[in-house]
Amino acid sequence: MTDTPDISPIRSAVSKNLGARYRAELRFRAAGLAAVAAAVGILVILLASIISGGLPAFTVNQLELTVELDRELIDPNGDGSEESLRRGGYSRALQDAIRAEFPEVQARRDLRNLFSLYTALNATRLMDDVLENPDLIGSRYDFTMPLADDLDLYLKGLLVEDRTLDTGGVLSLAVEGDEVAISSTETDFRELAAELARVLRARATVLEVQADTLAGLAEGLSGTEAEDLLYDADLNRRRAADIRATLEADAGSLTLDASLPSVIVEVEGRAVALTSLGRNGAAATGRFLIGSEPLAAAADWTLYVIDTPAERRRVSDQLIVWTRALQERGAIRASFNTYLFANADSREPELAGVKGALFGSILTMMITIIISVPIGVFTALYLEEYAPKNRFTALIEVNINNLAAVPSIVFGLLGLAVFINAFGLPRSAPLVGGLVLSLMTLPTVIIATRAALKAVPQSIRQAALAVGASRTQTVFHHVLPLAAPGILTGAIIGLAQAMGETAPLLMIGMVAFIADAPTLGLEGFTEPATVMPVQIFLWSDGAERAWEYRSAAAILVLLALMIGFNALAIYLRRRFERRW
Amino acid sequence: MTDASHNPAELPIKVAARDVTVSYSGKQALHNVSIDIPDRSVTAFIGPSGCGKSTFLRCLNRMNDTIEGAKVGGSLTIDGREINDKSIDPVVLRASVGMVFQKPNPFPKSIYDNVAYGPRIHGLALSRPELDEIVENALRKAGLWDEVSDRLAHPGTSLSGGQQQRLVIARAIAVNPEVILMDEPCSALDPIATARIEELIDELRENYCIIIVTHSMQQAARVSQQTAFFHMGNLVEYGPTEDIFTNPRDSRTQDYITGRFG
Repeated sequence: MTDTPDISPIRSAVSKNLGARYRAELRFRAAGLAAVAAAVGILVILLASIISGGLPAFTVNQLELTVELDRELIDPNGDGSEESLRRGGYSRALQDAIRAEFPEVQARRDLRNLFSLYTALNATRLMDDVLENPDLIGSRYDFTMPLADDLDLYLKGLLVEDRTLDTGGVLSLAVEGDEVAISSTETDFRELAAELARVLRARATVLEVQADTLAGLAEGLSGTEAEDLLYDADLNRRRAADIRATLEADAGSLTLDASLPSVIVEVEGRAVALTSLGRNGAAATGRFLIGSEPLAAAADWTLYVIDTPAERRRVSDQLIVWTRALQERGAIRASFNTYLFANADSREPELAGVKGALFGSILTMMITIIISVPIGVFTALYLEEYAPKNRFTALIEVNINNLAAVPSIVFGLLGLAVFINAFGLPRSAPLVGGLVLSLMTLPTVIIATRAALKAVPQSIRQAALAVGASRTQTVFHHVLPLAAPGILTGAIIGLAQAMGETAPLLMIGMVAFIADAPTLGLEGFTEPATVMPVQIFLWSDGAERAWEYRSAAAILVLLALMIGFNALAIYLRRRFERRW
Repeated sequence: MTDASHNPAELPIKVAARDVTVSYSGKQALHNVSIDIPDRSVTAFIGPSGCGKSTFLRCLNRMNDTIEGAKVGGSLTIDGREINDKSIDPVVLRASVGMVFQKPNPFPKSIYDNVAYGPRIHGLALSRPELDEIVENALRKAGLWDEVSDRLAHPGTSLSGGQQQRLVIARAIAVNPEVILMDEPCSALDPIATARIEELIDELRENYCIIIVTHSMQQAARVSQQTAFFHMGNLVEYGPTEDIFTNPRDSRTQDYITGRFG
C-alpha cells in the first residue's frame, strides 16, 4: 500500500511513446502540407505559363490603310451587281494602298516583300465590306487589317532581339551608285564595330578549335575517311584565317553579312541597312531600304541593331524597317484582338479565331447534356430505387463501372461505326460529336447519381412511405431533390470532362479545317464544326510561331469556359442546398 | 399462450393477428403470432433486442414489403379486413396506419410542409385554408402548435429532438389514421422530451389505436393499457399491463421484467 508508484503503469506506458506519436503526427501533417504546396505550385506554374503564353494573342497590331476603291477596279462590269463586285480587283486596291506608303519600292522582289506586310486573305475581307456596303465604291476607304503574324510578333517584342544605340554625332548620307556612304561627326559606330570584331574573333577561334579536333580525329583513321576530315579541318582553318586577316588589316572595314546582327540607320524618313562598318567608328556604307535621297546633315537619327542575324529569322530587315516606318507614321495601331473571337479558323494565324470552335463546343455540349443527363439520372434512379438485386442487375452494374474506364478513343471508334457508318449521320457534325461524348459521359453521370442517391438517408424514404407515399412519390418528392446537388456535381464533372475531350472527336472527323462557324441553331447540329480542344490541338501543330500564342489564347478561352461552367454548377448546388 | 388472443379490455378489437410468421431471406424472425389489439388504447410491445417486436410492428403497415427478401405469412386484419391480401394496396393501408420511427425523421422541408405532405399527396384538402386547418389541428393534437405556430416556414430539422418527434407524430396524425405505430419513439430523447411524448401518447389514446414498441419497461407501465412480451420471435405473454407487471404467468416474462435478462 505504501509503495504505490507515482505514475500508474498505463500512464508511464502512454507517456513513453507519447513523443513518437506526436512526431508521427507532425510528419504526417508536414507531408500533407508539402503535398498541398506541390499541387498549388504546379498549378501556379501551369497557369502562369499559359497566361504568359496566351496574353500576347489577345492584342493585335492593325494596319490602317486608306484604300482607293476605284469604280472601274472594283466593279469591272460596271453594273454594280454582286457578280461584278465579286470579280473586283481587291488585291490590287490593297497593293496600291501599300505602294502609296512606299513609292520608292519598284523591284518585283521588293514589291512581293512589301505585299507580305499583310496576308492576301484580307482582300476577301475588303470584298465583304464592299458587298455589305456598296456605297463605298468610288470612295477612299479606311481599311483596317491585322499585320502579318510575324511582324505582329516583332512589334510585341517576341520575334527578335533588338536594341537602339545612343548616337551623338551629326549624320550625313552620300549616294554612290547603289551604295550609300554614311558618316558621323562623332565615333558613333566605334563600340558596335568593336563588338562585331569580338564576335568575329570568337567565331575564328571556334573554327580553329574545330579544325584541331577534326585533325586529331583524322590521326586515328586512314584512307578517305582521314582525308575527308583533314579537308574539313583545312577548310575551317582557312575560313578562320580569312576572318583574322580582315580583322588584322587596320584600315579595312567590317563587312556585315546575314550571319551578323543587322545594323540600320534611320534618319528623316530614310532607312539604311549597313553593309560595312569603318573601323574608326565614324563611317559606314550601306544601302537604302527606304528613301533614296542623300542627306547633308542631320543630328537626329537612330542607330538600330537587330541582334538576331538575318539568316536565323523569318523576316527580312526590309519588312522590319517598313513596319517600323509604318508605326512611326501612325498607320499601325495596337488594339484588342477582336479577330480571335469574331472569326472562325483560318489558314493565317492573324485572322484565325475561336468562334467556330466555341460554337461547335456549345452545340456539342447541348447534345451531350440533352442525352447523357436524363438517361444517366433515370438509369441510376431505376437501378438504385426500383431494380431487384439479382444477377442480371449486378451484371449491368459491373458493366457500367467498366464503361467508365474505357479509353475515350474507343467511344470515337464506336461513334464512327454506329452513328456515321450505320446510321449515316454527317461527319464532323456536333450532333455526332455530342452523341459520342454522351456515351463517354453516361457512366460518370450514372455512377455519381447512384452515389448521391445512396447518400440519401433511408429514414427519409421510410418516413415518406409510412405517410402513404407511393414509391415514385417518395423518389420524386424526397429522394431526388435531396440527391440533386450530388447529381449536379457528378453531371458537371462528366460534362467538363467531355468538353475537354479530343480523342473521340478525331475519329468522327471533327478535326477538319473548318473556316465557317456553325449556325447557333437547329441546322447547326448537322453542319461541319470543330470544338475548342480540337482547335487547340490543330493550332498547336501550326508551323508559324504565332500559332503557339494563338493556341495558348484558345486554352485560356477554354479554361474560362470551364471555370464559368463550374461556377454555374456551384451556384446551382448552393441554391438547391439552401432550399432543402 | 392459450390466452394470447383474448380481449383484455372491454373495447372493440381493432387489429387481429392469427399465426403471423415473418422470415427474412429464409431466416424466420417471427413464429405464429396471434394477438387481438383493442381500439382507443395503448398497447406496448416489450422484449429483448431481436425478439421480433419491431418486425411484428412493421407487418401492420406492410413496411416489411420494402425490405428485400422479407416474407410475411398468416392472417392480419384491421377492422376485420385482411391487410396481407394482394388486393390491398400498401399505399392505402399506410395512409390509415401511421408510423413513428425510433429516430425523428422529419423531411428536410418546412414544418408546415412536413405536416401537409400526407394530406397533400392523398388529396385530403381542396384548398389552402382547409390544408392550413388540417396542419394546425395535427400540430395541436401533437402538442406542438404553441411552440411552432410563429415559425411554420422554418425547416423541420431545425427543431429539437423532442419537438422533431412530435412533429413526426403530427405528420402521422395529419392524414387521420386509425392506427398509430410507434417504434421506440423515445429512445433518442432525453427524459423531459420523453415525458412530453408519453403525455401526448396518453392524450392520443382517446382517438386512436396506438401500438408502441419500447425497451423501457417503466414506459410500458406508464403509457400502456395492454402489454405483450415477445421473446425469440414468439409472443410469450399478452394481457393488461397491470397483470403483466404485477403477476406475470410465464417465467420468462418474470425474468425479463425483474431484469434477470434482456
